[in-house]
Amino acid sequence: MTTPARSVALIRRPLSRIVLASLWFGLLSLPLMMESQAPFFGLRRPLLVSAGVAVIGVLRLAVSRRAGSGAGGVQRALGATGRAVHHLVGQIDRRLLYAVGLAAAALIPLGLNRYHIDILTQVGIYVTLALGLNIVVGLAGLLDLGYVAFYAVGAYAYGLLSTRVGLSFWEVLPLGALLAALFGVLLGIPVLRLRGDYLAIVTLGFGEMIRITLNNWDSVTRGPNGILGIARPKILGFTISTPIQYYYLILALVLLTVFVVERLNRSRIGRAWTAMRDDDVAAEAMGINLVKTKLLAFGLGATWAGSAGVFFASKMTFISPESFTFFESVIILCMVVLGGMGSVPGVILGAATLVILPEIMRQFALYRMLIFGGAMVVMMVMRPQGLVGSPRRKVALGPKDRPRPTAVS
Amino acid sequence: MSAPVPLLETRKLSKNFGGLRAIDNIDLSVETDETVGLIGPNGAGKTTVFNCVTGMSPPTSGDILYRGESLAGLRPDQVTARGISRTFQNIRLFREMTVIENVMVGSHCRARAGILGAVFRPKAVVKEEEELAAKALGLLRFVGLEGKADLWARQLPYGDQRRLEIARAMASDPSLLLLDEPACGMNPQETIALMELIRLIRDRGIAVLLIEHQMKMIMGISDRLVVLDHGTKIAEGTAEAVRADPAVIGAYLGKESIGA
Ligand SMILES: Nc1ncnc2c1ncn2[C@@H]1O[C@H](COP(=O)(O)OP(=O)(O)O)[C@@H](O)[C@H]1O
Ligand SMILES: [Mg+2]
Repeated sequence: MTTPARSVALIRRPLSRIVLASLWFGLLSLPLMMESQAPFFGLRRPLLVSAGVAVIGVLRLAVSRRAGSGAGGVQRALGATGRAVHHLVGQIDRRLLYAVGLAAAALIPLGLNRYHIDILTQVGIYVTLALGLNIVVGLAGLLDLGYVAFYAVGAYAYGLLSTRVGLSFWEVLPLGALLAALFGVLLGIPVLRLRGDYLAIVTLGFGEMIRITLNNWDSVTRGPNGILGIARPKILGFTISTPIQYYYLILALVLLTVFVVERLNRSRIGRAWTAMRDDDVAAEAMGINLVKTKLLAFGLGATWAGSAGVFFASKMTFISPESFTFFESVIILCMVVLGGMGSVPGVILGAATLVILPEIMRQFALYRMLIFGGAMVVMMVMRPQGLVGSPRRKVALGPKDRPRPTAVS
Repeated sequence: MSAPVPLLETRKLSKNFGGLRAIDNIDLSVETDETVGLIGPNGAGKTTVFNCVTGMSPPTSGDILYRGESLAGLRPDQVTARGISRTFQNIRLFREMTVIENVMVGSHCRARAGILGAVFRPKAVVKEEEELAAKALGLLRFVGLEGKADLWARQLPYGDQRRLEIARAMASDPSLLLLDEPACGMNPQETIALMELIRLIRDRGIAVLLIEHQMKMIMGISDRLVVLDHGTKIAEGTAEAVRADPAVIGAYLGKESIGA
């Protein structure tokens, strides 16, 4: 019998950690890569994966041994890149950064084909989702693994209200966002006292609960068959239907999201969220009502998933529970973590990366997810604060407190 | 005129952790403008008194009165809003926030801006934010951290972190400040500067309840001392009286020198 303490010690030892990691990756790749008619009982590819992981582990160990305590060459390179990006982002006025980003976002699709524009629209949907989840995870520090549920709430709100009641896109957009916010608060209430792993497990369960309900409540949601024939959005009698039109619609939604999330972040509430994330005991002792602050985070985070869901339903004109699996929650979480928790430009970068990279790697079909998973692991080990890292909020000073430019030259 | 009530008063305050009685029937009072030292060997129950008063840990029995009103059942944020604020023995700053933001969080319960205010930023909210920032800068200057406003809190050296905790606690405009071993880990010069700072805090009309291990410091600065040992109050009075008290000498015997 090994006691928990002893198994932890076992994992800590670098060599045994490599062996365990290689076995674990081999195991994970079994369902993906097992072949019925291949040597080694069809286990050739999983064995290759195991071997590959072991080699990487040993290499990493060697590098970190040589470079002294912890800081490997790759790690330092990643850190330097991150600092450079950070520096750049810090130097450039944020408004300029956003203006350039907006100009690029508005002009780039003009030179692209329909397929590529659709990918950019995907990026827009995920940016909206990730910015919303960023409020909950990045700012407030509440690990939510069921976030996709609110996306589903928004999508089904539009699906149902459009096909059954005949409400328009513009009527349901705020309604769906509000409904998702309500679900966010409802989920928030039972998990108020939970932290870390427990919170993650309960929110995961909540996400699955919503999906299973959608799957089984045939009379309302038509179960796995989904909802067909959802109306496209109309602006002044003009129907939005081509990819580029949808792209500009999601771009508008992204702009609204960025604007609101940035303002929330740089407000009294944003400070309360980060304070709670850093130390909830101290935050409460400093006069922050934790219940209110947590529920605000859950509600305001879910709002964006709800509006992204409404957009998604209007774009697809068809929705089914399949689009709202646990895996989606994980991907959105990865976007937040990869870009840098709490940083709006970071989260946008993370979402763009994780939508576009897999498209570029389409020819590696089978290995795609594995590379993706591996990259996330490497990222977490090398640079846990994300590509951009958390931003330093500028505090708005009144005219008399602003540092005066000195007269001496 | 009614008889003056103390700013803070605990009556037969007790707290059990399972079978352990961490504090036992503690009667304690702090008057407005007074600096009271709370001393006693490690594990005597000093921090537990703070936790009970601030609502972080509900007492097993007894009562806590602030300006004559019971604090029973209030959450920590509600206690802070009433005017009691604290620092922590094991520093609890918001490490991933800047120094000035830490202080601004301290003013949270004195500001109003909500979601709509944050998103639409009307004049009133802009003004409130500027006032919070100006007040925070003033407090940083007061504790000697001017010029460090834009550093991350985690970047500060130890002594500065303790001072930042004091600035943060003062940002909620408390009438009573609870300081839990603020000189812990400071060098002698820093400790002297801290004593001066605590005097200045008192000059601002804020009552201070101070836990400290460094006897010289606490004796020099307190109007009155309360001594705890094994959860009970064993002595109370001026520094001279307490120093001469046989029970106090007994409690400290072999632990640390009380005159040091
Ligand atoms: N949360 C807790 N759970 C169990 N025991 C505790 C807890 N907090 C304090 N104690 C115990 O209560 C006693 C008093 O602790 P404390 O108030 O921290 O002492 P002091 O601050 O005077 O050093 C100690 O024996 C300590 O172990
Ligand atoms: Mg203590």
